[in-house]
Amino acid sequence: MSATSTVFKIAQVVDLLTVSNLRLVFDRIIKMLALPGFGVLVFLMLWQLVANNIITSLGQFPGPNQVWEQSNNLVAEHQRERTKEALFYERQEKRNAKKLAKNPDAVVKVRAYTGKATFVDQIGTSLLTVAFGFMAATLVAVPLGIICGLSESVYRCVNPIIQTFKPVSPLAWLPLVTMVVSALYVSDDPYFEKAFLTSAFTVALCCLWPTVVNTTVGVASIDRDLINVGRVLQLSTSVHIRKIVIPSAIPMIFTGLRLSLATGWMVLIAAEMLAQNPGLGKFIWDEFQNGSSNSLGRIMVAVLVIGVIGFILDSLMLAVQKHVSWDKQAILR
Amino acid sequence: MTKNYLEISQVGIEFPTEGEPFRALQNVNLTIAKGEFISLIGHSGCGKSTVLNIVAGLYEATEGGVILEGREVDEPGPDRAVVFQNHALLPWLTVYQNVELAVKCVFKKSKSKPEMRDWIEHNLSLVHMDHALHKLPGELSGGMKQRVGIARCLAMQPKVLLMDEPFGALDALTRAHLQDSLMEIQQQLGNTVIMITHDVDEAVLLSDRIVMMTNGPAASIGEVLPIDLPRPRNRVVLADDPDFNNYRQQVLRFLYEKQKNPTAKAA
Ligand SMILES: Nc1ncnc2c1ncn2[C@@H]1O[C@H](COP(=O)(O)OP(=O)(O)O)[C@@H](O)[C@H]1O
Ligand SMILES: [Mg+2]
Repeated sequence: MSATSTVFKIAQVVDLLTVSNLRLVFDRIIKMLALPGFGVLVFLMLWQLVANNIITSLGQFPGPNQVWEQSNNLVAEHQRERTKEALFYERQEKRNAKKLAKNPDAVVKVRAYTGKATFVDQIGTSLLTVAFGFMAATLVAVPLGIICGLSESVYRCVNPIIQTFKPVSPLAWLPLVTMVVSALYVSDDPYFEKAFLTSAFTVALCCLWPTVVNTTVGVASIDRDLINVGRVLQLSTSVHIRKIVIPSAIPMIFTGLRLSLATGWMVLIAAEMLAQNPGLGKFIWDEFQNGSSNSLGRIMVAVLVIGVIGFILDSLMLAVQKHVSWDKQAILR
Repeated sequence: MTKNYLEISQVGIEFPTEGEPFRALQNVNLTIAKGEFISLIGHSGCGKSTVLNIVAGLYEATEGGVILEGREVDEPGPDRAVVFQNHALLPWLTVYQNVELAVKCVFKKSKSKPEMRDWIEHNLSLVHMDHALHKLPGELSGGMKQRVGIARCLAMQPKVLLMDEPFGALDALTRAHLQDSLMEIQQQLGNTVIMITHDVDEAVLLSDRIVMMTNGPAASIGEVLPIDLPRPRNRVVLADDPDFNNYRQQVLRFLYEKQKNPTAKAA
């Protein structure tokens, strides 16, 4: 770097560090990092304090320390399991290679590794299940909401049904869904586990409603003038829906979808416990049944992971909503 | 010139309400020639928008009807383009796309793609908006949005251009600019226009005839005032013109002497 450009760079930095600028940067750090950090710190202290005073039959209630320990354990277990898996495949490959070297026509078997599902695998299963259930619900809820929003008569027909099913707990649905899946999904070589489908459909049934209701409201409250523009242009129904209805209602549709996803994620844990879908719900249930001195700590890890994932899912939806929303000035949170 | 281009005959309308149906219009009769510029003026709530909406086909008259070029109006259509008071642009489409949507609907068979592009750009340049083709409505001022709304309607080549208080939401200077633009365009293209306004100066400056409506309920046409001022008209010159002021006074007299006391709810 030449001397002049170095001087120039320094000048720029000095400029950035003027008093007023410093103040802005400082304010920002406080708002974005220090305050949330302070909140978390206070929470951790309170948590430790309370935990020290609760003794259960499985020992002391886990504080932040134990939870941290258990989360390390869970990750370590996962890594051990992966190493085992890698070794298994390595051995199998060597064996098969030897066989083929002796006799090129030999039929070699490739077996899949059937180890125990780790905590990380279970997180994956949960995410997959909720994604499946949420997609299924969206595919039904958005079109249904659009139809209800467009036609008041349809809305009046469907509304009592929506209002009746909306408050139903997932636990009430689960036995019914289990039996229906068992009866209808009969296949010798099932692509999906039954427990997976049961959990996913229970999730779908519970996260249908917020999207239906919000989409209906969004479509029904489209600006009358915009509808009249469509009428003057004699748009066909499908063009009207694509060009005017959906873009107008997108913000409300996404409000519904975000609520739905949050509901779905909450419902999922309960559904997995009962349906024994190998996700986070089952993990908690198994630890509870297991009842070792580490169980409560491990359950607490799961609780925190569930919370953080829920937060991430909502942030992702918010990002998508901001991306597709035409009103960039609207404050979304 | 066709004298009976647009005929509104014996139009009346009742709106259903909780109790008795509300009669908004009764016996509205008006004949408009091709290329004529008509202003509808009257107190707020008397039924001007209702008349316009019936001509547009957005409302259905309870009795009577509207005949345009020998055919009865029974549904909305692009031959009767409407400029709404609040522009009614689709906020998620750019200026160009907003006009394009209309052009594609009207000329999907008769214009090729490049012809459509030229036509869209031509109409936007008529309203001096060709510099902002790819902006979203949210990035434009109120006056600019209204210009695009007008361009969208002009691009449909309607038989009648219907405007519901098109400049009502704008500040005085912007309004004057747009009035001049509209006069120029109408002079050039010879559009038939029905414009609702509550601005007396605007009505006298732009119109060939001013249609003054009585107060509702059961509103009707009170007086029709032909404006015989030579075109092109210049607002600065006309400000001192005795004829211009005379016309103004006649409209004011109708509104504030003969039709004063608009029903309390319409205030
Ligand atoms: N769709 C409607 N339903 C019921 N009443 C209406 C409707 N549209 C207009 N009206 C009534 O008709 C009267 C005239 O309204 P309008 O044509 O909007 O008046 P304006 O002259 O201000 O444009 C008002 O009293 C209004 O309340
Ligand atoms: Mg009106």
